[in-house]
Amino acid sequence: MQNEEISRRTMWVPRFQPSAFSLQPFLKMTAPNHNWRKFKNALMQAVTLVCAILVVTPLVLVFYHLVKEGFSSINWAFFTQLPKPVGESGGGMANAIVGTFILLGQAAVLGVPIGVLGGVFLSEYGSSRLNWWIRFAADVLNGVPSITWGMVVYALIVVPMKGFSALAGGIVLGMMMIPLVMRTTEEVLQLVPSGYREAALALGIAKWRAIVQIVVRTALKGIVTGVLLALARVAGETAPLLFTAFGNHFWTHKLTDPIAAMPLQIFAYAISPYDDWHRLAWAGALALLLLVLFINVGVRVLTRDRFQRNV
Amino acid sequence: MAAIANNLVTAPTPPIAANATALTVRNLSVFFGDNHVLKNVSLDIAARAVTAIIGPSGCGKSTFLRALNRMHELVPEARMTGEIRLFGDDIYARNVEPVVVRRRVGMVFQKSNPFPTMSITDNVTVGLRLNGLGNRASLAERMEQSLRMAALWDEVKDRLNAPAISLSGGQQQRLCIARALAVQPEVLLMDEPASALDPLATSKIEDLILELKKDYTIVIVTHNMQQAARMSDFTAFLYLGELVEFDVTKKIFTSPAKKQTEDYVTGRFG
Repeated sequence: MQNEEISRRTMWVPRFQPSAFSLQPFLKMTAPNHNWRKFKNALMQAVTLVCAILVVTPLVLVFYHLVKEGFSSINWAFFTQLPKPVGESGGGMANAIVGTFILLGQAAVLGVPIGVLGGVFLSEYGSSRLNWWIRFAADVLNGVPSITWGMVVYALIVVPMKGFSALAGGIVLGMMMIPLVMRTTEEVLQLVPSGYREAALALGIAKWRAIVQIVVRTALKGIVTGVLLALARVAGETAPLLFTAFGNHFWTHKLTDPIAAMPLQIFAYAISPYDDWHRLAWAGALALLLLVLFINVGVRVLTRDRFQRNV
Repeated sequence: MAAIANNLVTAPTPPIAANATALTVRNLSVFFGDNHVLKNVSLDIAARAVTAIIGPSGCGKSTFLRALNRMHELVPEARMTGEIRLFGDDIYARNVEPVVVRRRVGMVFQKSNPFPTMSITDNVTVGLRLNGLGNRASLAERMEQSLRMAALWDEVKDRLNAPAISLSGGQQQRLCIARALAVQPEVLLMDEPASALDPLATSKIEDLILELKKDYTIVIVTHNMQQAARMSDFTAFLYLGELVEFDVTKKIFTSPAKKQTEDYVTGRFG
């Protein structure tokens, strides 16, 4: 009995009661190391809290610093004027802002249909062996350094076209979006319970219609979120644009011309030796961050469930 | 062959004789890969009657039901041998589209699955709309008719545009029945339609099934022996993929021909 008590104290295992007539409780309700257990629990909770705060800290620090350095340079001219030559103060990056939107528009035109349809194929069609390879390829592509993408498109588009162009910039960003959008689309489609697919097919609805009108519609919120997050991700890409869109100090209307983009402009200003340009770089970085932030907030507002408030 | 396929779409439902056969199943075997799930099942399912499929878990009840509207084909390695005729039409004939078979043989599932993005109205009419059938007026008419048949109209008529998932579990299941009825199938398959519901909702569904059998042929899979005894006209007992006994329900539950059936319906195994 004594030995048993000791082993219970150290190992904390419930003791089996063979006798059905025993009045002793089956399991002791208190642990002898109660305080130590409570302490461990509190400690681990605190560790997870600290880690959660550490995740958010960089965003707060970056945002604070950008506002501090860049906010004073964000004014009407920043959004409406072209960059001024060295020596002249003022000026803005209107062409870079518009250029970024043009590049993102092209990227979306290329990346969204291919990515979404590819995701639909992975989730709804295909064989498991083929899909394994496609998934593997997409995951590898998601890990390819962005400068490599720039070099690839440089070789494929820029060299044959004999010049940097907005088109090449849009293509490289669109190509980067494809695997991102494809994988998120597949994942959210997989979250749609198979019962909805079965219900649709059992009504005699053709498979493609069931996919478009029911499966994709059910997962639309997630797909739109994935697309916008992919756009936000490529909006800040700089390296691939160095080889493709190249940058431009002036307005351009032709997709075959080099075009300015906010990350490129920030890069060019930040490595320059002029204080004036440094301030514009900070302002540009702040504007770019706000753009990404707005996209993220927009995702949440736009995709709010039609029925959410009623349920 | 093409003529048969077209026939499946356009043929008006012929008047059904009092004891006509809706589905003729002959030597049906279903395999999932190497797994022989249904073994040589033959039976006739009477029109405008309730046929219950009973048997222990894993005996092939659901597979049998799904073979009747080719839903088992959603499993990639599924294949079948034998023959199933729906009012004379071979539903596995080479030129027959599974989609058309499923229009004529509707299905209600164990777990109610109204489409979450759609309102009550849209859920009922979805089968028609996505098959390109009906205009606004005829859809509204069919919607009301289907909801009335599913005994749901009075409960939802004031909130037809509310989301379907705002309904209670039992209402959702009746909505799924209304949705299946809206495309006017000839046969309605039900895979344990009440097993996830409370007793009150269950009895509503059972009343509904008894009402529906005046117009429809119903095949129902159930785990609930009392339910099969209460509601069905015919009962098939499946065990390990084989049809052990198929007869009038009363006979199955009072004087079955096989010892195995008796053991099962009296609760001695399964």
